[in-house]
Amino acid sequence: MNLTLEVWRQENSTTPGGFVTYTVRDISPDASFLEMLDVLNDDLVRKGEEPVAFDHDCREGICGSCGIMIDGRAHGPQKGVATCELRMRCFNDGDRIVVEPFRAKPFPVIRDLIVDRTSFDRIIQSGGFVSVKTGGAPDANAIPIAKNAVDEAFDAATCIGCGACVAACKNGSASLFVAAKVSHLALLPQGQAERDTRVVSMVAKMDLEGFGSCSNTYACEAECPKEISVSNIARMNREYLRFNLITQK
Amino acid sequence: MALESRIPSGPIEKQWDAHRFNLKLVNPANKRKYHVIVVGTGLAGASAAASLADLGYHVTAFSYHESPRRAHSIAAQGGINAPKNYSNDGDSAWRLFYDTVKGGDYRAREANVYRLAQVSGNIIDQCVAQGVPFAREYGGLLDNRSFGGAQVSRTFYARGQTGQQLLLGAYSQLSRHIGAGTVKFHDRREMVELVLVSGRARGIVVRNLVTGALEKYSANAVILATGGYGNAFYLSTMAKASNATAIWRAHKKGAYFANACYTQIHPTCIPVSGDYQSKLTLMSESLRNDGRIWIPKKKDDSRSPEDIPEEERDYYLERLYPSFGNLVPRDVASRRAKEMCDKGLGVGPTKTAVYLDFKDAIDRNGKGWIEEKYGNLFDMYHEITGEDPYSTPMRIYPAVHYTMGGLWVDYNLMSTIPGMFVLGEANFSDHGANRLGASALMQGLADGYFIIPYTIGDYLATTTFDPVDESHVEFAGALEAAQGLTERLLAIQGSRTVDDFHRALGKTMWENVGMGRNKEGLKSAIDSIRKLRDEFWQDVRVVGSVNGLHNEVERAGRVVDFLELGEFMARDALHREESCGGHFREEHQTADGEALRNDKDFSYVAAWEFGGDGREPKLHKEPLTFEYVKPAQRSYK
Repeated sequence: MNLTLEVWRQENSTTPGGFVTYTVRDISPDASFLEMLDVLNDDLVRKGEEPVAFDHDCREGICGSCGIMIDGRAHGPQKGVATCELRMRCFNDGDRIVVEPFRAKPFPVIRDLIVDRTSFDRIIQSGGFVSVKTGGAPDANAIPIAKNAVDEAFDAATCIGCGACVAACKNGSASLFVAAKVSHLALLPQGQAERDTRVVSMVAKMDLEGFGSCSNTYACEAECPKEISVSNIARMNREYLRFNLITQK
Repeated sequence: MALESRIPSGPIEKQWDAHRFNLKLVNPANKRKYHVIVVGTGLAGASAAASLADLGYHVTAFSYHESPRRAHSIAAQGGINAPKNYSNDGDSAWRLFYDTVKGGDYRAREANVYRLAQVSGNIIDQCVAQGVPFAREYGGLLDNRSFGGAQVSRTFYARGQTGQQLLLGAYSQLSRHIGAGTVKFHDRREMVELVLVSGRARGIVVRNLVTGALEKYSANAVILATGGYGNAFYLSTMAKASNATAIWRAHKKGAYFANACYTQIHPTCIPVSGDYQSKLTLMSESLRNDGRIWIPKKKDDSRSPEDIPEEERDYYLERLYPSFGNLVPRDVASRRAKEMCDKGLGVGPTKTAVYLDFKDAIDRNGKGWIEEKYGNLFDMYHEITGEDPYSTPMRIYPAVHYTMGGLWVDYNLMSTIPGMFVLGEANFSDHGANRLGASALMQGLADGYFIIPYTIGDYLATTTFDPVDESHVEFAGALEAAQGLTERLLAIQGSRTVDDFHRALGKTMWENVGMGRNKEGLKSAIDSIRKLRDEFWQDVRVVGSVNGLHNEVERAGRVVDFLELGEFMARDALHREESCGGHFREEHQTADGEALRNDKDFSYVAAWEFGGDGREPKLHKEPLTFEYVKPAQRSYK
């Protein structure tokens, strides 16, 4: 396949960026999108030019490092995959593809397609955990957990923290990301002790980091590579309301 | 320097308890006065950093990722072992110990392995308390599955994403401390130098991958938890950035490197399909619970697999190993797959693959049952190959997956450099010559949660520390060395790319230091790697500059180390005139093609001391004695 790429190039967070046009040739339809970018970078390096910087690592859809807006869609046209899993067979020979970083105020561009998503880490640090010190945990089977509860918790916990939900949202909201962690822990008995403080601090942190509000467009669910359900956002809102109406008298 | 393994005396089941009692303690009020650096925040590093902070130590952690959650531990699929005996099938710490020593082909330390088996149950308890959503049965209790090399079900799992859930658990605890200010975390920092003062590890120099600046950090002790070195092969199931720089540069500063040739080639990976390929993808070993491996009996059978009748298929693992069948350990399954393909019986367009077939399991239990157990793996296979494994068998072939070798450590996980500890895949400690499935997560977390918190205290409590900070002259020297290396790389301005050299190294490694090794091949590998290294220093072109974010500069630094480590691995493989586990020397095999150990001459850990640039390393031997599991020819028949 031969393709034309419009790639966002930006040297660092302080200099303005812009699109640069490149062509790539003889791309195998079995190659992944990132492997196609590898081919582009190989050409650039051979010419002595700076390659396009993009985050990537495991290349099997689980580390959450990669994240590229492809033709205006987070992780590209295919549903339920991260950029590294996207195969070139989803495109046609001769296509023109627009390649941009995930854009949101709390995700400043570091270089080219790399953005800083440490705002996600700071949200987790504000309460996305169960406070258990090492040692002294009871036997793993001491508390039975209904299979459907743990399965639902798992579905939320499968979030890879890539930021596609934020990039897809017109408000730049991190609601799906935060809700996935709130749900995961609220559904398990181990998460109960800190259930109230967790949701309140995580939501406050999300606002403080500059993420927008949720207006129920469901764009996040549509673009999530792990297909995490927006019903988690409803659960997060219930948890939040529960604290404000019932717990906090 | 003599190797002091510090293995406690007494009966093996009491050694760890007695040792813990004998270790010196640091008074709770004094712990905050000790500063510990943790490099790498995957399973081993994150669990260590969080656990040390729980105790009150002053901890600073580093990762070259933007977040600890991106570490490659996250990609582990199948599960984590613990002898809880929840399955009531006769499991015990003794049995896990036995299986692991045998699985490692009698090349691991008995004392370490027993301790690992002993603490592994606590890991499951700890993870459940953190909210790790392990698979459960309808009654609400934890479910187990079987893995290779064991005849009991002791593997805890979270669908095909166990590593993800365990790492997110450790990450959540580390995050708790970062949020509270009790751990300081530096993201996008790559360790480039270890700093020694008066022979002790007292700090590190890191490269800030965003600004390019070199930064100095001092401490009372340094923990390396930087993972394995499988990317010396270029193509592997490792993440793209996984590298050996931290451990290799520590080796060059005096840490002995042990058993470098023990490489695990995982039997079930998606085969290589083209030159553009950047990495290989693992299909979890758990699939061998329900999938059957076969090849056509006839060479060059061009029929599609569904059209090949039962009697014309060779289920070779079931035929050769009736008692373990498809669940033989990884080294055995990989070697047999290679043998079948070498005989011309391979399948698929490149003829380097065998079938992994789920038809019987689907007929027996239904598609829904398979979907629930392995859904994400089947989807992944479908994405990559474009084929639907529910209706046609998967095609699989072995790929480099894990390195059992690593920096030598004593029973306290301390390297030969006082004050430098090594955890997880980066050390050599527990797996011998072959690692059993679901044991890597177990070892990483055992080291981090339950071993280092005790053993590091003894070092800190028994050492008198000179006051040292970043202004010490040794820091300036280390920083200069790191700066000099980058400048030297940028100045070459040759004609070949960093990736060209890495790929060339990988090809030599795979062909000569891969699944089958022999004297001639290893010697030629040493020669060609040396030549390649010379070419690299004359002709590489590194695009970028000292300042700012430059992927090529990052990669070049890593490839410099792989080019040295690759030769070193070949040397270790050449010296070990026997076959054991993942190290298969073609000259040493039984009549039916099994690994033939030489216990008389090679029952030792080969710990190598760096000999100087371009010079041969010096061998130190730590003898291995087996009091409890008597070495025998490993049989899975």
